[in-house]
Amino acid sequence: MKVEKTFEGRNNAKKGDWAQIFQVVLKPSQRAPQLPDDTAKVPLTCLVKGFLTDDADLGDMVTITTAIGRTISGKLVAINPSYNHSFGAPLPGFMRIGSEVRRILKDVS
Amino acid sequence: MSADLSYTSIMGRSTQILKKAVGINYDDFRLGALAFDYEKMMGEVGYGIDEIQRIQLETGVGGTPIIELRNVTALARKLAPKGKGARIFVKDEAVNPSGSFKDRRASLSVYVAQQKGFPGVIAATSGNYGAAVASQAAMRGLKCIVVQEVFDSRGIGQPEIIEKSRKCEAYGAEVHQLSVGPELFYVFLRLLEETGFFSASLYTPFAIAGIETLGFELGTQIRKQEGVAPTVVVIAHAGGGNLTGTARGLFKADCPDTKIIGASVDLTGLHMASDYDFNRKSFTTAHTGFSMPFTTWPDRADVPLNAARSLRYMDRFITVKQGTVFYMTEMLAQLEGLERGPAGNTSLAAAFAIAQEMDENAILVVQETEYTGAGKHPWTQLSFAAENGIDIKYGDPKEEVAGKNIIIPEHSRYIQVNEVPMEKVRGSYLRNAIDKLPSKTVTEIDLDYLVDETKSSREFVEKILVESGISIGLK
Repeated sequence: MKVEKTFEGRNNAKKGDWAQIFQVVLKPSQRAPQLPDDTAKVPLTCLVKGFLTDDADLGDMVTITTAIGRTISGKLVAINPSYNHSFGAPLPGFMRIGSEVRRILKDVS
Repeated sequence: MSADLSYTSIMGRSTQILKKAVGINYDDFRLGALAFDYEKMMGEVGYGIDEIQRIQLETGVGGTPIIELRNVTALARKLAPKGKGARIFVKDEAVNPSGSFKDRRASLSVYVAQQKGFPGVIAATSGNYGAAVASQAAMRGLKCIVVQEVFDSRGIGQPEIIEKSRKCEAYGAEVHQLSVGPELFYVFLRLLEETGFFSASLYTPFAIAGIETLGFELGTQIRKQEGVAPTVVVIAHAGGGNLTGTARGLFKADCPDTKIIGASVDLTGLHMASDYDFNRKSFTTAHTGFSMPFTTWPDRADVPLNAARSLRYMDRFITVKQGTVFYMTEMLAQLEGLERGPAGNTSLAAAFAIAQEMDENAILVVQETEYTGAGKHPWTQLSFAAENGIDIKYGDPKEEVAGKNIIIPEHSRYIQVNEVPMEKVRGSYLRNAIDKLPSKTVTEIDLDYLVDETKSSREFVEKILVESGISIGLK
């Protein structure tokens, strides 16, 4: 049985690895008119994921095949990227809401 | 020869790109300088409500339960004057296949794309809608691309939108995660042209007709269960599709007197196209950053004529604070055992306050819930807000300033709503319409249209027109 390799910390990727690429879609000078200043001075950028079509190192210009089979090119920025969003940290004040509303419900008005 | 892909060039081709990608010739509906035949455009769908329900049933969409929130109602009555406190019900749309009412909105577009032989569908959305399109496309064997606004220029992503990227990818979609900017629309058009896919826009007649089943089911369920039509339906309001579709469906369920209330999270002061402001808001939908511009001018969407025209149906427009919606999300979980939202609970937060103005025998229905999860949950959003320099406090949310702080109500009695005056909203719509006029004259057709668009009167429209130096000419 083939064992899945771990990608942690690796900066060289193999053909077929799941990867994320980065593109500058519009440079600041190419962007839409009437943008707020903070947005106008930075480029419009894009991240897309797919399977690498060739071996590559992080930072290389690469081509990926996306989940729907299209090929897209860009700079390799992540190998086997994870989702890191979470449920966040508990907030003690917020967690008192439950007992507070139950207390009001029980109060004789 | 390859086509010019510059911003100006693609935007200049938008009408022809969209015509091919939606299969609708919007010019067929135009009647005047402003007026168009809205019902004729909605008729482009070609299916009655029964057929739409049948199509939705094929992919498990709709038929969601209505739950009476007895404990939330009891709490509202504790705070209300004697004899006040309407019964609060919720339509649990989170049980749709991808976790929100957006499955209804996506279902018909994806069905039509399949019927017309398109190889795939594309949606430009950072919300639950992307997941809905991806899920429906998976069921119908179509390819799917979702374009989202996810990161600021530091590369920091809004956790709620990252969760939505994950969900789209889970259904096999190709996801384009963009940095901040309205050029999301440009990328969307470019991809439509490149792939020849169908535009599963949020604002086509298919999208809105798909939501009509929500209002239709809701009206039918309440009538069957309670023997009367709902007194009030509260709807989380952003681009206007949810409100428009639900109201149209209620009308079809013979509930013409049910009052329609739109509720949005108050993000006044934050600029929606600002890279800096992007990660200083804790709600990515159902907020005033969408609802104000879209209510007062719907035709700013990714279609030439928007099928979501909320001002035609809205009786009241209400805003609530971010902290209030988070509080309500916790209350719903703790008192009713329903972990949902938070964005979908915007209407619930408004409902809790509105119910206290209404008689005890009145029926108030909150028309949606949405799934929750990592990235969306109040803890995630409040931690993320704190990391981005927002003060999290406890007190009276009236003091909350979007982008500066979030104030969690110190007590349930601080759950209050802010009324947006309808006259002002209607006036803003009319002034936006006047700006679009090619001359200083409107025809009778345009005048009638403006009355319908603003759910107002001829006198009201005429007054604003005259004040703006516009005369009413013959046809």
